[in-house]
Amino acid sequence: MAQKLVIIGNGMAPGRMLEELFDRAPGLYEVTIFNAEPRVNYDRIMLSPVLSGEKTYEDIVIHNDEWYAYHGVTLHKGAKVSHIDRATKTVTAENGISATYDKLVIATGSHPIIIPVPGHGLPEVLPYRDLDDVSKMLEITRGKGHAVVIGGGLLGLEAAYGLKQRGMTVTVLHLMPTIMERQLDPAAAYLLEKALADRGIEIITQANTKRILGTEHVEAVELEDGRVIAADMVVMAVGIRPSSALAKEAGIAVNRGIVVDDGMQTSDASVFALGECAEHRGICYGLVAPLYESARVLAERLSGGAAEYHGSQVNTKLKVTGVNLFSAGDFAEGPDREEVVLRDATRGVYKRVILKDNRVIGAVLYGETTDGAWYFDMLKRGTDVSELRHTLIYGQAYQGGAVADPKAAVAALPDDAEICGCNGVCKGKIVSTIKDRGLTTLDEVRAHTKASASCGTCTGLVEQLMSLTLGDAYNPKAVTPVCGCTDLGHDEVRRLIRAKELKSIPAVMQELEWKTSCGCAKCRPALNYYLVSDWPGEYEDDYQSRFINERVHANIQKDGTYSVVPRMWGGVTSAAELRAIADVVDKFNIPTVKCTGGQRIDMLGVKKEDLPAVWADLGKAGFVSGQAYAKGLRTVKTCVGSDWCRFGTQDSTGLGIRLEKFMWGSWTPAKLKLAVSGCPRNCAEATCKDIGVICVDSGFEIHFAGAAGLDIKGTEVLGMVKTEDEAVEYIAALTQMYREQGRYLERIYKWAKRVGLDEIREQIMNDADKRHAYYERFVESQKYAQVDPWSERVSGKDKHEFNPMAVLDSQQAAE
Amino acid sequence: MSQEFVAIGHIDDIPVRGARCVRTAHGKIAVFRTATDEVFAIDDHCPHKGGPLSDGIVHGNAVTCPLHNWVFSLESGEAQGADEGRVRTFAIRNVDGALSISLASLTEAAE
Repeated sequence: MAQKLVIIGNGMAPGRMLEELFDRAPGLYEVTIFNAEPRVNYDRIMLSPVLSGEKTYEDIVIHNDEWYAYHGVTLHKGAKVSHIDRATKTVTAENGISATYDKLVIATGSHPIIIPVPGHGLPEVLPYRDLDDVSKMLEITRGKGHAVVIGGGLLGLEAAYGLKQRGMTVTVLHLMPTIMERQLDPAAAYLLEKALADRGIEIITQANTKRILGTEHVEAVELEDGRVIAADMVVMAVGIRPSSALAKEAGIAVNRGIVVDDGMQTSDASVFALGECAEHRGICYGLVAPLYESARVLAERLSGGAAEYHGSQVNTKLKVTGVNLFSAGDFAEGPDREEVVLRDATRGVYKRVILKDNRVIGAVLYGETTDGAWYFDMLKRGTDVSELRHTLIYGQAYQGGAVADPKAAVAALPDDAEICGCNGVCKGKIVSTIKDRGLTTLDEVRAHTKASASCGTCTGLVEQLMSLTLGDAYNPKAVTPVCGCTDLGHDEVRRLIRAKELKSIPAVMQELEWKTSCGCAKCRPALNYYLVSDWPGEYEDDYQSRFINERVHANIQKDGTYSVVPRMWGGVTSAAELRAIADVVDKFNIPTVKCTGGQRIDMLGVKKEDLPAVWADLGKAGFVSGQAYAKGLRTVKTCVGSDWCRFGTQDSTGLGIRLEKFMWGSWTPAKLKLAVSGCPRNCAEATCKDIGVICVDSGFEIHFAGAAGLDIKGTEVLGMVKTEDEAVEYIAALTQMYREQGRYLERIYKWAKRVGLDEIREQIMNDADKRHAYYERFVESQKYAQVDPWSERVSGKDKHEFNPMAVLDSQQAAE
Repeated sequence: MSQEFVAIGHIDDIPVRGARCVRTAHGKIAVFRTATDEVFAIDDHCPHKGGPLSDGIVHGNAVTCPLHNWVFSLESGEAQGADEGRVRTFAIRNVDGALSISLASLTEAAE
């Protein structure tokens, strides 16, 4: 019978331990997990990208519910264990759930240190530890206000960067004279401080927090020297403490953390401790690499092996986009130490390698970190470097004199050199897995080896290994071509269309050397959009390159019939309009009438032949096409705003109608849906739209890049404007920027992620000239776009689309 | 059974790189005109989920179904790429733009 294994805590360390255990000894244990957090196991080191908006929670989930089910693991979510009874081998949670164990693993992690200064209990004082903290920060920030981060260590700086990315202004307070003093020497800290200042993050060192001011909410932070810094939120990132209380109460030996031996066993032979709560040889680790190493040892032990953990050397990388920083080992100065330093001010590069007895004992790299793995490898091995001292600082590629290609560095690494620090994956394992399983993509390598699957900083190394192993078969830089008809990507095609002034599909195909005679169903609609968008008034729309929906101006259904959605400006309708719709439904026997998600009415099951007649009747009542089929402006959803609502701050309905009347007819890379809410209660759900507006007393908060389809994503704030006129101008400019840069079928949130939120804010909010130019180009393009396609077709355009070419009676057919 | 051809209209009734459908007692037939003014006739019914092929995008001597992007050769009626399936083809004549098709395969199947 399977033994019972109970795990308290569901973080990354026990998650990895279980993976290793199920690999080694499937079915040996019946596993029960108690998780104080109400969710599955996620990648905690990726919290910073979630905070900055570069990733979502879904992106960082390590084990989903299916994984637990597949391995027969009982996972109690939101169950905090309050008691361990070692005599009866039972653990009990606060909510009453209990379980007995044969083996128990305590993996309670750590908790953040909150400095007990006056005011630390205010609701906007937050630690930075788990997903709940991130959610709270995002709730409070909503993209504005000022955040003070206390603590200029790794975590604090990542939090500061994330909050800045979300649109807050940020000040970091750090007690010591230089930031990240445990990982960086003063010179590297200076460069980092400068880089962060360039990104708009203010850093105050030697700042001793006296108290946090505010009665109900955080208002400011006061320093010992009397300075007061206004704040809407305070993030404490000053350190962590192992969560060992539960073990201590159960009578297990505890120092700073829960004391374990080399087999990860505590003072009780059936109880083990793992992760940040454990103390091994006097050290409590807080980085993922050593925790994964010890997880492997514990898995080995639990499956009957005798592996031993001997402690780890650790290295650090900062997850701030665009900042390259690596540090490992010991770099304090000392009489028995030598150092080799390289500075290049123009390139912003600083490298320092610390030697003792001709062996690397520490390294700090800033600006160029490719050789981090090489130095770290020599550090762990204790390699004698006296032979290569004079070129050591230039990096691995320079050893032996010749300047080799960058891959040479990786090629020269021994098979057991560690590539992925987080997951402890060495070069040999990656190379052999690529070969044995025939892997060709980075995602496959991540799935099979775990390399580059955690923090991702080793991605470049893994890609180099792939290219070494696969040769030309792997080309990470290759752009994805538009389709099989060309080798060019979307961006190159767009660029060349403008540069070469190509104004027809045949011209594009000829000049850009298309491999097929007239393209395919993938490239033709894309090219048609690019030409429509780039040459308004000059290019003649090629209907044969549009999908059927945009050709017949209705949505094809599964049975070949169509659905018809007339525009209802801002979602407002009238008795006369509704009567006209009712009459059309009766007259044409339309089987289904339904409200859409965008506040309009959809008539489904219309026969293709009937479409022009349906539109003729709708047109008499004043309806135009709702373009519910278009890669273009769809709806503008609104709430009733100040007209009716007792909370409404502005005329949201009016603004919605104005936007829709101004923007209808415009073609965009993918569909574009807008909404305007009259107050932050946001009844029009503007914060999940492509572009949204939240009205407030003082003006209009413009949002963009939301999604509520395949992906779910709240919007990003573009910025605040004071007047309705400005709102219309800024939104049109944003739309035009997207029209000009988006790849065909790329929704605005994907485009925004690709080009960067800051870049968009900079161009639309801060650069008035650019904004005006975009706006003018949008207005120009609208001159040619705002023709109602339904009335055109009622007047006879494209008649051939709606009728059969011939009807052969049964006589002829049967002959 | 004779290869009798039935008139269906003129080539100019069909847009270049486009299609029209012909309705018969035994189902619809899609008639295509390519970029080089070649004409083809196939079933107007995708074997996958019944999509109207005459509503698809025409490229080269092929059409992409509007419902789920299956691609069919207009010459052979065979599905291209990874998809498997085929549609019936019909003989078609173009005499100075006057088009006529043979319904032989249609009636054979119906009998």
